[in-house]
Amino acid sequence: MKARAFEYVRPQSVEEALRAFGDADGDAAYIAGGQSLVPALALRLQAPALLIDIARIEELHGLAVVRDRLRIGATTRHFEILNSELVAEHAPLLSKAAPFVAHPAIRNKGTFGGSLALADPASEFPTMALALDAEVEIASFAGDRRVAIADFFLGLYETALQSGEMIRAVHIPVATAKTRYAFDELARRRGDYALVGAGVNAEYDGDRIERIGIAFLSAGPTPMRARRAEAILTGSRLTLEIIREAQEALDVDLDPPGDEHTPVEMRLHLARVLLGRLLGRLEARP
Amino acid sequence: MSGKIAVSLTVNSEEVEAFVAPRTTLADFLRQDLQLTGTHAGCEMGVCGACLVLIDDQPVHACLMFAVQVDGCVIETVEGLTSRDAITDLQKAFHERNALQCGFCTPGMLVSAYGILSSGKVPSREEIRDALSGNYCRCTGYEAIVDAIERTVGERWRAKVAEEEA
Repeated sequence: MKARAFEYVRPQSVEEALRAFGDADGDAAYIAGGQSLVPALALRLQAPALLIDIARIEELHGLAVVRDRLRIGATTRHFEILNSELVAEHAPLLSKAAPFVAHPAIRNKGTFGGSLALADPASEFPTMALALDAEVEIASFAGDRRVAIADFFLGLYETALQSGEMIRAVHIPVATAKTRYAFDELARRRGDYALVGAGVNAEYDGDRIERIGIAFLSAGPTPMRARRAEAILTGSRLTLEIIREAQEALDVDLDPPGDEHTPVEMRLHLARVLLGRLLGRLEARP
Repeated sequence: MSGKIAVSLTVNSEEVEAFVAPRTTLADFLRQDLQLTGTHAGCEMGVCGACLVLIDDQPVHACLMFAVQVDGCVIETVEGLTSRDAITDLQKAFHERNALQCGFCTPGMLVSAYGILSSGKVPSREEIRDALSGNYCRCTGYEAIVDAIERTVGERWRAKVAEEEA
């Protein structure tokens, strides 16, 4: 339960960090909050020769609204998201999900970018980023690039990040007066991984849904968008009939894991129940 | 490879300078290098909460950090909180309410409770339980721990109100 020996550097800039990774011939890992990486090192699931500490690189940190996007610097910590008035105003779905992210002590260290880079399908923030149609700004030795969140999660713990790349920031379209949102999850114990969870982010035109993003956690190998359910709801008014149709579509949209305690059919059932509840309690921006 | 790295930090109001191997966790550094064994190493993977310490006044897991990462930071352990009388009332409430049996989880519980008490809010019982969700206790069943924290929250709040009225 102790990490293998490694070397440690704390660069001052993203450029310096990228170079350090390159110089290590790829046998390196970036560390920011380290709330998932440190246990992985202790369990020796990972054993890089070099740890590159990016937690104190100024340009990676902070929250700002730039035109119609909320920019979340990669090393912005979970508790900062939870307590931010800027986030509450411009990405209220994230504020709603934040209290469900792990436990308070983990939220004090864990980072938003780190959570997305790990891409745990049971995590709240990657899934909310998917529901919100975020864009990921990636710093790379070959130059920065941007990837739509829909193209970012490729498989279980697999993302569009290439070796040596890091997330610089995440950009989220800001909420408007037309936005309605809801988040909830079902867990056996608060702070534990949820059996299933979901976030909904909708744009309303009067009482009609103009656009809707629905994403589920713990419902497949990656954070899962419920595209078929979204298609049924788009352009509709919420009626019991439409909600039931959307719930049924989840059988196609989701691909949940099963085990002896939580069989696949149970998770699908819980996902349908959750979607019904969330659609029934969509709320406007505070 | 992996030579030791110089770090300088503040631990319980004292300046500390040391050379540490990068793989040494903050929990091991506190316990083995500084002999501050009040911070307990339980699961060593961020689940049980026995190793909680304050970094820059926020509860964090000392097992989920390497000592090299806290270079320049201000650390406070349960020993520091105890010696500056920051949690004397809380410890008394734990004692009186029998909020510990084996005591292994207690330092982490106290650090979490310190976080709750210093938030400036008056949390409900439900909120206290939620804030303790990352601390395991295998003896008490938690009720007495929540009672002790709730009592301390109430006493501090009443003292504050009395002070404002005076």
